[in-house]
Amino acid sequence: MKNESLYNYVLRLGDDSLILGQRLGEWCGHGPILEEDIAMTNISLDLIGQAMSLLDYAGELDGQGKDHDALAFLRFENEYRNALLLEQPNGDFANTMMRQFLFDAFRKPLYEKLLDSTDKQIAAIAEKSLKETRYHLKHTSEWVIRLGDGTDESHQRAQTALDLLWRYTDELFFETTDDVSLVASGIVPSMNEIKTQWSKTVLSVLEEATLVIPTNNWQFEGGRKGIHSEHLGFLLADLQYMQRAYPNMKW
Amino acid sequence: MVTKESILSWLDEVCDPEIPVLSLADLGVLRGVECLNDEWQITITPTYSGCPAMKTMEDDILLKLKEHGVVAKVHLVLSPAWTTDWLSESGRVKLKEFGIAPPENEVDKSVLFAAPTVVPCPRCNSRETKMVSQFGSTACKAHYQCLICSEPFDYFKCLK
Repeated sequence: MKNESLYNYVLRLGDDSLILGQRLGEWCGHGPILEEDIAMTNISLDLIGQAMSLLDYAGELDGQGKDHDALAFLRFENEYRNALLLEQPNGDFANTMMRQFLFDAFRKPLYEKLLDSTDKQIAAIAEKSLKETRYHLKHTSEWVIRLGDGTDESHQRAQTALDLLWRYTDELFFETTDDVSLVASGIVPSMNEIKTQWSKTVLSVLEEATLVIPTNNWQFEGGRKGIHSEHLGFLLADLQYMQRAYPNMKW
Repeated sequence: MVTKESILSWLDEVCDPEIPVLSLADLGVLRGVECLNDEWQITITPTYSGCPAMKTMEDDILLKLKEHGVVAKVHLVLSPAWTTDWLSESGRVKLKEFGIAPPENEVDKSVLFAAPTVVPCPRCNSRETKMVSQFGSTACKAHYQCLICSEPFDYFKCLK
């Protein structure tokens, strides 16, 4: 393999986009209102598009001729490197918006920093994706505020979502020793920088939403190492069904 | 003899499959035409990462050139990232005639709850319109409605 540490890094980015894109797609035809149905599937489409660019590049770094389809459809569960947050079930609309918000607030500063990557392909993907991610973050921030600072019921649902999902947020900032060398060569930013920006966005939006960060800070991790919650298997069964049942079939 | 000019004029007939009044050049998706070692290389860039029309555009380019006996390759580049600034003037006029409001020269503000961009109705030109949703029928459009003639319409979002 040409560059294993970069491959692992790009794979994580690609899997995050792919798995969250697939989750959001589940809302297609089930949104609480038509406009949100369309918004969630639009965001899903952007994420799957980003996953295609990222996984194609991962395949190139791997050097075994795998394209995005091979990586998306033909790996086993423990080979996926997405964060646990992204495979969590959609739950209600508040839960989906909260999960998306916590992720968008992480992705935006990450892409902003990756614009300066010394790796040209990563910088190009970041340049393209950042424009889309800005729209997503604005949309989800507004929903978190609207729901949190809304009716008693919407507030309670948004708070329940935050209580449930907070335990998966630390894992977003996972960093390996290999990543440290990527940081040193200016290919990727350090996760400390990203976390500072993420905290700033999250705290200000949650405050405006009158939501409270849970005091119990127990955090789950595992997704970055391929150890997933039971939910990923079911998601992959849905995602991979066609290629597993009819290998190499094309639409 | 096949020249860059002849290729460009043939490609003028290749349109966005979802907005059939816009050629790929109008849309700013066509980024380059070059001959390398007797093979024509056509470079295109996606409007949005997940735009499902890209594959169709690629196939349509190859098909069109094949009609003229030209074998070509299509490359997809991501950087510099597509912006609505690349939409041609004639493209903007064609969009409006087609019923899609062309991008106003202003990116939807990232400030939370900021008032949405004022977009004139492509039918009656009234500026009294409302944004129904930031996300429309395709990734590149937002959904608006005219408050005067009631027409619901697509707005081609400004992206910079």
